[in-house]
Amino acid sequence: MENNTLISLRNITVAFDGEVVLDHLNLDIKDKEFVTLLGPSGCGKTTTLRIIGGFVEPSEGDVFFDGKKINDVPPYKRHVNTVFQRYALFPHLNVYENVEFGLKISRLPDAERKKRIKEMLAMVGLSGFELRRVNQLSGGQQQRVAIARALVNHPRLLLLDEPLGALDLKLRKEMQIELKRIQQQLGITFLYVTHDQEEALTMSDRVVVMKNGQIQQIGTPIDIYNEPVNAFVADFIGESNIVDGVMIRDYLVEFGGRQLPCLDGGFGTNARVDVVIRPEDWEICKPADGQFHGTVISSVFKGVHYELMVQAPGEEEEWMVHTIENHPVGSEIGLILTPDDIHIMHKMSPEEEAELLSALEADSILNDEDEDDEE
Amino acid sequence: MTKKQNSLTSNLYIFIVMAFMYLPILVMIAYSFNNSKSRGAWSGFTTKWYADLIQNESILSALLNTLIVAVISSVIATLLGTAAAVGIQAMKKRSRDLIMNFTYLPVMSPEIVMGVSLMLLFVMFKVDFSLFTVIVAHITFNVPYVILSVLPKLRQMDKYLFEAALDLGCTPLQAFTKVMLPEIMPGIITGFLIAFTFSLDDFNISYFVSGERAQTLPVLIYSMTRKRVSPEINALSAIIFVVVLAVLILTNLNDIRRENQLQKGGRRG
Repeated sequence: MENNTLISLRNITVAFDGEVVLDHLNLDIKDKEFVTLLGPSGCGKTTTLRIIGGFVEPSEGDVFFDGKKINDVPPYKRHVNTVFQRYALFPHLNVYENVEFGLKISRLPDAERKKRIKEMLAMVGLSGFELRRVNQLSGGQQQRVAIARALVNHPRLLLLDEPLGALDLKLRKEMQIELKRIQQQLGITFLYVTHDQEEALTMSDRVVVMKNGQIQQIGTPIDIYNEPVNAFVADFIGESNIVDGVMIRDYLVEFGGRQLPCLDGGFGTNARVDVVIRPEDWEICKPADGQFHGTVISSVFKGVHYELMVQAPGEEEEWMVHTIENHPVGSEIGLILTPDDIHIMHKMSPEEEAELLSALEADSILNDEDEDDEE
Repeated sequence: MTKKQNSLTSNLYIFIVMAFMYLPILVMIAYSFNNSKSRGAWSGFTTKWYADLIQNESILSALLNTLIVAVISSVIATLLGTAAAVGIQAMKKRSRDLIMNFTYLPVMSPEIVMGVSLMLLFVMFKVDFSLFTVIVAHITFNVPYVILSVLPKLRQMDKYLFEAALDLGCTPLQAFTKVMLPEIMPGIITGFLIAFTFSLDDFNISYFVSGERAQTLPVLIYSMTRKRVSPEINALSAIIFVVVLAVLILTNLNDIRRENQLQKGGRRG
């Protein structure tokens, strides 16, 4: 364990009514780090957050804060504050009183209290809103009050439970940048929960991808994106082409009827693997020049890019291709990959694959619903 | 044109409804100033029934009894009912449904059943009828009303508010008093007012458990009307009506004032 580790979860298991929500989870978070727990609904990410906040007791395992075991420390004695999913602002208090709440409880002297609240409201851009009632504020403003109310207590660790879920896209993007700025300015550790992969990749120092109460992968956003350890992570992190392949030997893979050089090794010879190709990694060329070629069977404008589906003649495989130049439906194109565009992963078992599918489906349906994994 | 006719009909309709509701009371107030004891004939203006009323000791002591019972029983019922509601809200669904059915039972069953059964209970345990028995009886029938008016507020409350308070350093008790209580206060006040008014005008149950010495006003008025309807009762009823009206107007004015404050976005007073 490194010296600057702030929070350690050791072998945490949580079960509600016999249903395992977290399965022997281990996680270390360093001081001043921005860590995001990413996963579909019901993967246990909110439960992990609530364990650190002190609202859920693990059935097994230990929680360490600054090297001390805090399993039995109640929430009100932990140096942790939370930004709740739906803000949970106190409706009977105005903006100033909401932010003041924690300081009042801890009996901070008046002068210091006023100074801190003023600074904090300025930081979140709500100076002049002191006397507003919280239910007169817009969603984005309520969000800022919730952040100020938590941060004004100068916690060592801030827990954020899908705090931007209820905001519209533009506001969400602004708040992502602002949260990152606040985190760097104050030097406070942030543990952030979301099911939005883009949010996770934008803000985090490290991303923890979770599924079914287990951690799939921990890494920097670039690692997670470029080197997913399995098809679940690859698919959850972004739209991908994931196909069956065979690792002929190190640095040579066969898929889609071609043998292509790649940068991965250590899978053995003639091993069955999953091959991941990001849709934006394809290079489009004339049909005769490509490693692959096929017919564009659909083209959808997505704003920044077009999303093409390309089918090779006589083959089942369809390739998703992102390109900034449109190619009309019916046209023939060629596709080229360089070795570093090809990502090789261990194959998932059929059960794991089925789980992945159902988890992703559930997530797209429940996107804006509350997480129900605490009950 | 049709709009005008519509509004005329609706105004007429409202007028008729109001007349049905308030005409009897207006007649009663008018007769409280009637010089004659007769119920049918008007023989001049007088305030002597009001003067008599102030000197009538049995009426005054019944009034005092009523107020004592109403205040004590509604305060205790409010405390018990609020605590019960908080507990019920925290229960799992099945036990919550069960308890709620038990809560509805006294509300649904005829008051006379409650009155008779409470009387039998006191007799069985050899408790003499007194103000105490009346107060206990009133608490019993008031608790469900408090529960039923507090529960919706608890259900409306964001379930994370309590956790947010703990998160900001409150002990569970502080979280209850500083966050939960202000949130559900409107429900508690409504429950208290319902309990207070039900206690004030309860006759059915009080009749069975009050005995000779602890008569409340409704019980006394009933026993007086069995002999003769004294115009003093008109005077008393008129006073009660005016007091209740005044209280209602005050509460409404207060609501309007708070509403205005909210709209101005001022600090809560």
